[in-house]
Amino acid sequence: MTAKEKSFLTSVWDFLCSLKLTITTLILLAVTSIIGTVVQQNLSPQEYLQVYTEKTYKFLDSLQFFDMYHSWWFLSLLGLFSLNLICCSIKRFPRVWNTVMHPQLKGDDALFRTLSNADEVVTGGTMDEAAGHLRSFVQKHFAGAVETREDDRIYLFAQKGPYARFGVYVTHLSILIIFVGAIIGNIWGYKGYMNVVEGTSADTVRLFGTNEAVKLPFAVRCDRFEVSFYEGGGRPKEYVSDLVVLDGGQEVLKKTIEVNDPLSYQGITFYQSSYGPAGEPSFKMRVRTRSTDEVNEYVARQGEHVALPGGRSFAVTASTPSYDRFGPAIQMHVNTADGQHGNPFVVLQNFPEFDAQRGDEFIFSLLEIKQRYYTGLQVAKDPGVWVVWLGCFLMIFGSLAAFFISHRRIWVTLQPVNGKIGVRIGGSAHRNQPAFELFFDDFKAKLKDELKA
Amino acid sequence: MTSTQLFNAVTLAYFASMVLFVVYLATRSRAIALGANILAYVGFVVHTAAIGVRWSETYKLLGADGYAPLSNLYESVVFFSWTILLIYILMDLKYRQRSIGAFVLPFAFLSMTWAQLRLNDAIEPLVPALQSNWLTYHVITCFLGYAAFAVACGVSIMYLIKAGREEKSPEDSPAGGILGLFPSTKVLDDMNYKAIMIGFPLLTLGIVTGAAWANYAWGTYWSWDPKETWSLIVWFIYAAFLHARFTRGWVGKRAAWLSIIGFAATLFCYLGVNLVLSGLHSYGGS
Repeated sequence: MTAKEKSFLTSVWDFLCSLKLTITTLILLAVTSIIGTVVQQNLSPQEYLQVYTEKTYKFLDSLQFFDMYHSWWFLSLLGLFSLNLICCSIKRFPRVWNTVMHPQLKGDDALFRTLSNADEVVTGGTMDEAAGHLRSFVQKHFAGAVETREDDRIYLFAQKGPYARFGVYVTHLSILIIFVGAIIGNIWGYKGYMNVVEGTSADTVRLFGTNEAVKLPFAVRCDRFEVSFYEGGGRPKEYVSDLVVLDGGQEVLKKTIEVNDPLSYQGITFYQSSYGPAGEPSFKMRVRTRSTDEVNEYVARQGEHVALPGGRSFAVTASTPSYDRFGPAIQMHVNTADGQHGNPFVVLQNFPEFDAQRGDEFIFSLLEIKQRYYTGLQVAKDPGVWVVWLGCFLMIFGSLAAFFISHRRIWVTLQPVNGKIGVRIGGSAHRNQPAFELFFDDFKAKLKDELKA
Repeated sequence: MTSTQLFNAVTLAYFASMVLFVVYLATRSRAIALGANILAYVGFVVHTAAIGVRWSETYKLLGADGYAPLSNLYESVVFFSWTILLIYILMDLKYRQRSIGAFVLPFAFLSMTWAQLRLNDAIEPLVPALQSNWLTYHVITCFLGYAAFAVACGVSIMYLIKAGREEKSPEDSPAGGILGLFPSTKVLDDMNYKAIMIGFPLLTLGIVTGAAWANYAWGTYWSWDPKETWSLIVWFIYAAFLHARFTRGWVGKRAAWLSIIGFAATLFCYLGVNLVLSGLHSYGGS
């Protein structure tokens, strides 16, 4: 390797480690992310052409602005961000590891020159007595101290919160872990939907985006779907589905799901997301024949002709869950024996005797409108999600440690000076220096009092 | 006493406190500063009680469907104002710099006024998607973060005013009059950093609780929805701020500007996204 090559590699390395690069990438990520919130993402070309001219559309499309969070340039920016994170952590980590694992135990002259919090006192007695005394003092007011003897000097060292130094690296690592989790989810997971009609089962998921069909290793049956509304208004209160998982034909799991409470089986989760009517509704009817007082019950499908006693028939042509403020209602008519349509009329479920006023031979009451629904399930499989949560946990834990815990150290050095003992004390904190200064001044004053006494 | 009446009293207290803080800057009377601060504290206590009253009102009105009052724009703005006061009080207890009130109270007062004059304060039952305890965790963490950024922004504005004046008249009597009451630029710079240091982990927690909720509710912890993206943009800006602290060139003025830009982005994330862009966080429409 020539010197020139080496200096080139060094400068690349320095570039990748630099804090300037970090700040620049963070700001670039922030600025470019705005694009995706202004330009709607992942619509169809037709939808875009309603908003943009064809020229603009083609231009924005070539820049991948329509799926920009997956565009090559945004992903490269994230890649550069990760690389920067890794490089600067590698560069700085060994020094921090050394500081924590091999702390400087001896407060020598060179060290004291670098400390802004330091002082000196002179005291009497023997070295051993003074050292013992000071050790218990440091223990009482700060933390347990390590003693080192060298030549005629005795060194004491005590520290608190050394692991706070790793907080920032835990935070950096957590970001990479979250990326890994996201990548795992993208490669081995999927997201899609399936509609299950009440009373039936389904085992095929349609993926979002591609609409590709994925067959599940089990089936999901929907026994019931229900939507309920708050009183006196159309505000939905709850969507509920009773789901049953059928594995190898066996019912293995039953759960009532609703929004915010999904069902999970074998790493695949089913979320209540939509619903809709399945097929035409059917109607449970009671018919009283006026002349004979005979009462019959029928179940009629919409549009179906149902025979009545004496050769006539009826059909329900429409229904609504609320007819003005009178509740559920149907529209129906009665046919003559030779198939001629009678006039349509309305039957209200909440007023079963109302139809008698029509004065006809048959008096209709609506007992129930039976509408089958399908439940719309969103289906997600994400094997990376636990990795992401681990990353999130580490990120919060790491940033709290990095911001709010300070690594504080105190050195005490004893040396004989003209038949007396010279005591030097010094301290440093890697964060929140003003608070440490206050602590150290107090500590110093107490120590002086102690030595005078 | 209804919550609406109590919130009116709170707005009044914050207004009076804000005016007194400004008077304090003009007169430099310590008694007035004390009065302003007492009003701010009393307002905060009433504010807390009012939120509690509204909470119980939801149960009175909706029975078992009652909820923590954090679910629509009105309630969130009122809560935002409460968190601003909370962070202000924490800062006040630590630094005892009364002049900051003049730059923080306006944020709280404006929020309350806006909520009461322009936003719908009706108590309505929650749609299914909002029926989750995650809503509470998510809103509380996010808003405490936002409030810390608001305080940082107020302090940064003070910094820029003071630093600007000191540059103009570099005599050693640093800016008499009003500016004499401001903490030193060094303290202001430090407070800016401290507030962001509090806000950043809270915002992170807010994003994580939001992601956890989204994953629990519909299986996608991150979907690049505009609100999510803007919260990430805010996160990027403050992450840049924190890293910029380590290089010498980015303290003082540049840090103050970055903090103001960060809070502008926070406000857009909170309000702009709801009012201008479309997405999952649609309560802004109400």
